[in-house]
Amino acid sequence: MSKNQNKLGNCFLGSTYAFLYLPILILIALSFNNARYSTTWHGFSWQWYSLLFQDTDLWISALHSLVLGVTAGCISTLLGTLAAIALFRFKFQGKSLLQGLIFVLIVIPDIVLGIALLMLFSKIQVPLGFFSLLLAHITFCLPFVIVTIFGRMTHIDKNIFEAAKDLGASEFIIFFKVTIPMLLPAIIAGLLLSFTLSFDDVMISYFVSGPSFEILPLKIFAMAKLGIKPELNALCTIIFLITIVTTFSAQLFLRKNKHA
Amino acid sequence: MKHNNYFKVFTLTSIWAWLSIFVLLSFCMTLIASLLTPNEQTIFSLPFTLSNYTQLFNLIYVKIFLKSLYLALLCTSICLLLGYPFAYFLTKTNEKYREFLLILLIIPFWTSSLIRTYAIIAIIKTKGVLNTLLISLGIIHHPLQLLFTNTAVIIGLVYNLLPFMILPLYANLEKHDQSLIEAAKDLGATKFTIFKRITLPLSMPGIISGAILVILPSMTLFYIPDLLGGAKSLLLGNLIEYQFLTAHNWSQGSATSMLLTLLMGLLLIVYWHSMKKTNTKEFS
Repeated sequence: MSKNQNKLGNCFLGSTYAFLYLPILILIALSFNNARYSTTWHGFSWQWYSLLFQDTDLWISALHSLVLGVTAGCISTLLGTLAAIALFRFKFQGKSLLQGLIFVLIVIPDIVLGIALLMLFSKIQVPLGFFSLLLAHITFCLPFVIVTIFGRMTHIDKNIFEAAKDLGASEFIIFFKVTIPMLLPAIIAGLLLSFTLSFDDVMISYFVSGPSFEILPLKIFAMAKLGIKPELNALCTIIFLITIVTTFSAQLFLRKNKHA
Repeated sequence: MKHNNYFKVFTLTSIWAWLSIFVLLSFCMTLIASLLTPNEQTIFSLPFTLSNYTQLFNLIYVKIFLKSLYLALLCTSICLLLGYPFAYFLTKTNEKYREFLLILLIIPFWTSSLIRTYAIIAIIKTKGVLNTLLISLGIIHHPLQLLFTNTAVIIGLVYNLLPFMILPLYANLEKHDQSLIEAAKDLGATKFTIFKRITLPLSMPGIISGAILVILPSMTLFYIPDLLGGAKSLLLGNLIEYQFLTAHNWSQGSATSMLLTLLMGLLLIVYWHSMKKTNTKEFS
């Protein structure tokens, strides 16, 4: 490739990354701006953050979102790990059907899943609140956990399981002494990613949440409808930083000794 | 062997049970609801009817559907025009930085698109960053009215969905066999011919999976037009939200949702067909 083309390519990459990240960086900068309405710089200030910390309602929804994200993350990781192991190790009837279903679940528009779950919950009389949100979040996190862990498994040499079996290990021992330790980075990544998905979800939660259990993303949505507010800038900054940290560490775990 | 069976049965039962109840059953209920008669007391009831579907051919719905499709196709084309060269150049970068550049691309994939949409407001509103900048540079004299227009919706959609186009394209382009290109060069093919006859056909599955990941959300992410487009901008997603949560016509909403599912099915068939043609396998 010629040098000029290289330069052109780098310029293109650079400007696209700027397009992806500048709005967020501006939002972060504005959250420290010492002015309520202006978008020009009026000096540094923590005031919007301290205002945020006095809002008890917000603290409650933040706590709700955190509890929901951790619970949904743990259960979907547990279920997803088992499913990924089954898909990798066993031959069974309906295997390609299961794979197809997982694929479709990733592609399906969130709104379709959201209303389907709303329909189910109203017919089997699950009240809309923590429980309905939890079941919904586990369902939409599952395919992502499975794909994340399954992707990691394709690097594993299947003979290891045969060797363990030949040496007399039971399936139980193989699971805890071989499979889990080898998959641990991917399992942690799956957990972090499903927490992030749950913590940020708007589309599905919008349909299956109730007034008894308010969560952060829906609160942000309601506030954002009223326009730009410096407190909201500060809140979005905090959430964005939390999810960047979880996503980034998930990626590090996924890339760790990939070829071991 | 016995242990093996217990473990296998347990894992398979748990995953199938979960997916059967929360995906298959709930989805069947949407299908059935779309065939029932809307009703004030119980939301919907017997007898079965096709009227929810025939009503979708009402002029208002057809208009919304076409507008939504138009915006989605426009957004997909822009994402492809930006995303293809981006993915291509990314495969040419130094491997030392590529891992980091990829993570930078994956981060927007996982983090809240609601927050990123909100960030756009601060930039394009009348007294926002963009107008302030352009006026102080003397490029324009009156602020651009961007917020609450279709242009704002397109900007918001492209901004949120561009990584969804780039990642499958990159995964595809990275796997291309360079020896094919070398061979074509040796045989005297021009760069344009190589692109048209080798790179482009091979990247079709990447283009199609990127398009699926962009087109479906861009018809349904109702909070983007809600925040950036004002009241006039109604996408298919806004329509379903309205039918369910405001009009409480769940049967009608279910029928609209089935229409969307049908569109997804068609797109998936195109995708699987293109995979068979290029004979590549990917799970992305």
